[in-house]
Amino acid sequence: MSEYQALQASPFLRRGRILAAVMQALLFASAALSVLITGAIVWVLVTESLPFFTQVPIWDFLTDLQWTPVFTDAHYGILPLLSATLWAAGIAMLVATPLGLILSIYLSEFARPSVREVLKPILEMLAAVPTVVFGYFALLFLTPLAKQFIPGLEGFNLLIPGIVLGIMILPYVVSISEDAMRAVPMALREAAFGLGMSRVQMAFSVIIPGAFSGVTAAYLLGFSRAVGETMVVAIAAGQNPNLTGDPREGAATITAYIVQMSLGDLPHGSLVYSTIFAVGLVLFVITLIFNLLGFFLRRRFREAY
Amino acid sequence: MSGEADLEHAATMRLVRAKRVQDLVFGVIGILVLIVVMGLLVTLVADLLIDGVGRISPEFLTSFPSRRAAGAGVLSAWIGTTLVMLVTAAIAVPLGVGAGLYLEEYAAKNILTDAIEINVSNLAGVPSIIYGLLALGFFVYGLNLGQTVLVGGMVLALLILPIVIVATREALRAVPSGLRESAYGIGANRWQVMWSYILPSARPGILTGAIVGLSRAIGETAPIITIGALTYIAFLPPAPVSATPPWINFDWLNSPFTVMPIQMFNWISRPQAAFHVNAAATGVLLLGMTLLMNGFAIYLRYRLRRLVRT
Repeated sequence: MSEYQALQASPFLRRGRILAAVMQALLFASAALSVLITGAIVWVLVTESLPFFTQVPIWDFLTDLQWTPVFTDAHYGILPLLSATLWAAGIAMLVATPLGLILSIYLSEFARPSVREVLKPILEMLAAVPTVVFGYFALLFLTPLAKQFIPGLEGFNLLIPGIVLGIMILPYVVSISEDAMRAVPMALREAAFGLGMSRVQMAFSVIIPGAFSGVTAAYLLGFSRAVGETMVVAIAAGQNPNLTGDPREGAATITAYIVQMSLGDLPHGSLVYSTIFAVGLVLFVITLIFNLLGFFLRRRFREAY
Repeated sequence: MSGEADLEHAATMRLVRAKRVQDLVFGVIGILVLIVVMGLLVTLVADLLIDGVGRISPEFLTSFPSRRAAGAGVLSAWIGTTLVMLVTAAIAVPLGVGAGLYLEEYAAKNILTDAIEINVSNLAGVPSIIYGLLALGFFVYGLNLGQTVLVGGMVLALLILPIVIVATREALRAVPSGLRESAYGIGANRWQVMWSYILPSARPGILTGAIVGLSRAIGETAPIITIGALTYIAFLPPAPVSATPPWINFDWLNSPFTVMPIQMFNWISRPQAAFHVNAAATGVLLLGMTLLMNGFAIYLRYRLRRLVRT
């Protein structure tokens, strides 16, 4: 037996090898758990909403204009909830897109490193504010204030929560798009300056096209967040399903409906109980599509440079 | 001849000046947007402070919620939050660090790893209320655990798992590979390298991620509402430590609970203004907790960067 083999066979080293193998298995298990979580989400949403889809034709679910699951004349059309969700998220995007673009260009191209070091933590602080606090702010401060300027604004409305959602997703959108912009190679900037461009021209004709997939990803992911955000709309947009074209009115979003139903006593196994999983499934599918699109776009810009 | 050159020079100067003005204008717009955004943050904090800070008193912290707004307090809420956070941290940190370590240091580049990565990034974007539905269908009814501290802690742990994983991976990526190589060079096996060299030097980064994750969890309301935990809680879970043997017990895990954001939401949804004051006071405490945690995390990261630089 060679010296090497003797060393390999020593109990001390063997114990070490066994521990290493066990730990590797445990680490793999914790990484694989994340896949299990996704699987569990899909499984729970599908199985718990099955009773709903066996009783309500999917065509009614998608086209009925009313959502009144607890009335005696029950209607199960998701359109009112969906339209309110899209209104709120759409208004959020109207706020977050221009502000986010300006802020990310400013942070990546204009601000000095020392300024950026101070500003980014402040943006992170904004992202850290609990959503229920934003809800309080929207309902009890901004809405009464905005009522003085916007005639016809109701106490619960889609406009103000939408704007607050836009501010909430701003730090997130800015941080992803700034990352993408900073990944654009310095040589492209230098070439742009060499052609005599101003910094603004450079930002809009070199940086934004260069970081386009990353910036787009930021907005897709931001939209997905706004769609799934719960507390602000549950508090400030009201809990009344309302298919409306006027954001000054209140309307329950998908998330607000789930919250409203969870507040009451939901008998397990009832049709009403399965409605929250049915609308949850729709919400999950929408956010999944946007998340995946965002993920692949982000990955593309990482590979591009 | 020289006149022409002068003209050309003047034209160039005009062009240069125009471009400088462009940059100046955009810089000003950028700063204005920053001021507006920060102004909103300041207004939010100020509004909350004006409405609520006068309500915070020792009695507020040591009273149970009540029908009378003036006598109500957040005792069960802050104790509930503390206990739930203990469970969340105990689950999310080991699992998150383990998964991060595997993906960054062990995983081969193959389809399985790719799938896990896409999956983690997608989990980070799943709305928190969907985690609440998962917990309702799986923990509360599937496993019949009920609306307990354990279930609340578990659902928040799942929610922040992606944050801990991503932070761990970033921290690991920043560990210089020389450390790894020299540890292997002196004969350490893979786990020994991880445990004795890589993890200790990635610890500040991991800690930062864990704190940021927990500060997110502390303010989460939707998943806790969805599991049906919004009820009137005027009692405390059994104490985790006691003066008599066996000193430590885990009955508190199976106790019903409420948390700070739930208490705040409850008070916001009452019509009476007196309860809104309570909500604002709860908001001040909650905001204070999250900002403190985030401030600490930012400070840690700042110190870490300085250490790496020098």
